[in-house]
Amino acid sequence: MAEIRKATGFVDWLDQRLAVNKFIKVMMTEYWIPKNINFLWAMGVVLMVLFVILIVSGIFLLMYYKPDIKLAFDSVNYTIMQEVEYGWLWRHMHGVAASAIFLVIYIHMFTGIYYGSYKKGREIIWLTGMALFGMFSAEAFSGYMLPWGQMSYWAAQVITNLFGGIPFIGEALVVWIRGDFLVADATLTRFFMLHVLLLPLVILLLIAVHFYSLRVPHVNNQEAEVFDFDVESKKYLDGKKVESKVVPFWPVFLSKDFFVVGVALTIFFYLVCFHFDFAMDPINFEPANNMKTPAHIYPEWYFLWSYEVLRGFFFDIAGVAAMDIGLAAFGFANVIFMLLPFLDRNTDHVAPAHKRPLFFVWFWLLLIDMIVLTVYGKLPPTGNNAWVGFGATITFLVLFILLPIITKMEANCKCNNGGCK
Amino acid sequence: MRELKILAVVIFFTAVVYWGVEPFAHSQMHPHVAPADFAFKDLGVNDKKGDATKGAETFLSAGCTGCHGISSQGMAAPMDHASASASFGVVPPDLSTAGAIYDKNFLAALIKDPTKALKVEHKFNESRPHPMIQFFGLGGDIDQEVADIVAYLQSIAPAKLDDKQVYADACQRCHDIKYDKLMSTTDKAALMTYMGTVPPDLSIMIRAKGAEYLTTFINNPQKQLVGTSMPRVGLNEKAQNQVIAYMEKVGDRKKAEREDLGYKLIGYMVLFTLLAYAWKVKIWREVH
Repeated sequence: MAEIRKATGFVDWLDQRLAVNKFIKVMMTEYWIPKNINFLWAMGVVLMVLFVILIVSGIFLLMYYKPDIKLAFDSVNYTIMQEVEYGWLWRHMHGVAASAIFLVIYIHMFTGIYYGSYKKGREIIWLTGMALFGMFSAEAFSGYMLPWGQMSYWAAQVITNLFGGIPFIGEALVVWIRGDFLVADATLTRFFMLHVLLLPLVILLLIAVHFYSLRVPHVNNQEAEVFDFDVESKKYLDGKKVESKVVPFWPVFLSKDFFVVGVALTIFFYLVCFHFDFAMDPINFEPANNMKTPAHIYPEWYFLWSYEVLRGFFFDIAGVAAMDIGLAAFGFANVIFMLLPFLDRNTDHVAPAHKRPLFFVWFWLLLIDMIVLTVYGKLPPTGNNAWVGFGATITFLVLFILLPIITKMEANCKCNNGGCK
Repeated sequence: MRELKILAVVIFFTAVVYWGVEPFAHSQMHPHVAPADFAFKDLGVNDKKGDATKGAETFLSAGCTGCHGISSQGMAAPMDHASASASFGVVPPDLSTAGAIYDKNFLAALIKDPTKALKVEHKFNESRPHPMIQFFGLGGDIDQEVADIVAYLQSIAPAKLDDKQVYADACQRCHDIKYDKLMSTTDKAALMTYMGTVPPDLSIMIRAKGAEYLTTFINNPQKQLVGTSMPRVGLNEKAQNQVIAYMEKVGDRKKAEREDLGYKLIGYMVLFTLLAYAWKVKIWREVH
């Protein structure tokens, strides 16, 4: 045991017991981040802020929400929205943050893809990030069910039904997930449990691993330049701050993040108070009614691209039912991003997309294709819409089949630096 | 400079996605309909000048009081709500305010041909007659007689009604608005038989449908929801706006608080952002 002396002050007293000074150095003042970055590197902190908003607003909502199909709708729309002081504020913040966090997740994700921050030592960061995406999706889906409005019910109906397409166990699985033969009270209470307990626990754990996994390979930078963090941080500590290629997390990196967070929250509160329909679908302000199917059933915007992949195949091919092909494509779409570090066969070189000509084209095609899928995922799948959706689905699948090929070509290129300019 | 370029790219793609899934998708899913027609042009015009005194007599002779009450004139409805629900399927309206809230043309057309004015011809026909019996006239000029009745209803109607009263007279016979503790006057089982479904609770319908949709919908339900059993109500523009204002008052009670707080929150965040920017510039000056 370390020698405990009489403390010179409170901080010293704590330091002898908890090593707070060392802890602050490791976590903040001597956690080194590359200097050559842009505002896209602030998205992680923006995500963290939005996640905290979700937890805090969620705790307040939890005090009045009632997970019972007879009470849920009114507990949200009357008790919380009208009776409780500022209940509406917490609900609007929760709903808008849930939608906004997905926009930032997508920006964060595409930043990682563009700058090649998923490979060569950073695989675990990518994998935990994609696992977080999956958990947030489950969190969003389960949360959407809780107000027990029309879209809560029908989305639950459609999505749980999907599992019925899995061979052999499908039917039993659907009943197991719902806890009943139909989407009913048992379904609501178990998704409530998932939403407020199990999934948040898993998310917290994944965030911890995600942050920890950043420490070893370090944060990437705009040029994917590799340098010795020990040498650069020593320069910084020696006072050569301008020359050093790194900055400490606190206060330098965070000072910029505070500014970006400020901009993000300004927009956020505008959306919360004046422009919230995109995140709180008006249809969900009608109580769930299993006798009345809404004219258009669609998921929230952030699920639309994979939803469109699901329904992209609208005709049977070679005796295989359209539904089954769609389900297979949907499964593919939901795991393929996970595999990105292993599909990129140019394993030795990390470079931003604008230095990788083929990958650059691939990146923008993917982004545009996903936007097309997103938009057509909401439109009624009739006439031309169905064909556009089909085309975009095929494009999506083909892009991921091509990725190993074009990255291998890049790696085999006789030019300098593995096809990277 | 580079950061601004990146920002422009992020904003551009975000805007495209937003446009695609919100305004564009909604324009595809909910095709635009013609604006509300408060003149009820499809019903033609009764240009006879009505005489309220004669109208009062015609009103009695025509047998209106067989079903309708006019409580403001001391004429009670002939049946209580329960028996009226059982006999007609829906409680007939008290006509005290009818002259103020319904359009004059609409009233005239309604008296002559209820199913046509109400746009419920798809539900009622000779084998299943509408509970309101059409007025065949007392032997004189039927248009004159109808104009007189309308003039009479207008003469007894109050000049001013608050939003909730208009709602109650126009909608409460069928709809609940439980967040303001107003329940339908018609019995639910009778409504179920009469309408084919229990009409929805309107407490937060304003959040579900929005004022714009409700404006065209109430004016002519068939326009937005073909085949619906909800009749055209025939409210004049002022009364309909009052109904929507009341629905907003109940369904979006915190709107004023939300918007007021919105400015404060945004103001606070702008201030925070400016200070954060100044601090960032100060910190980064040392490392650049």
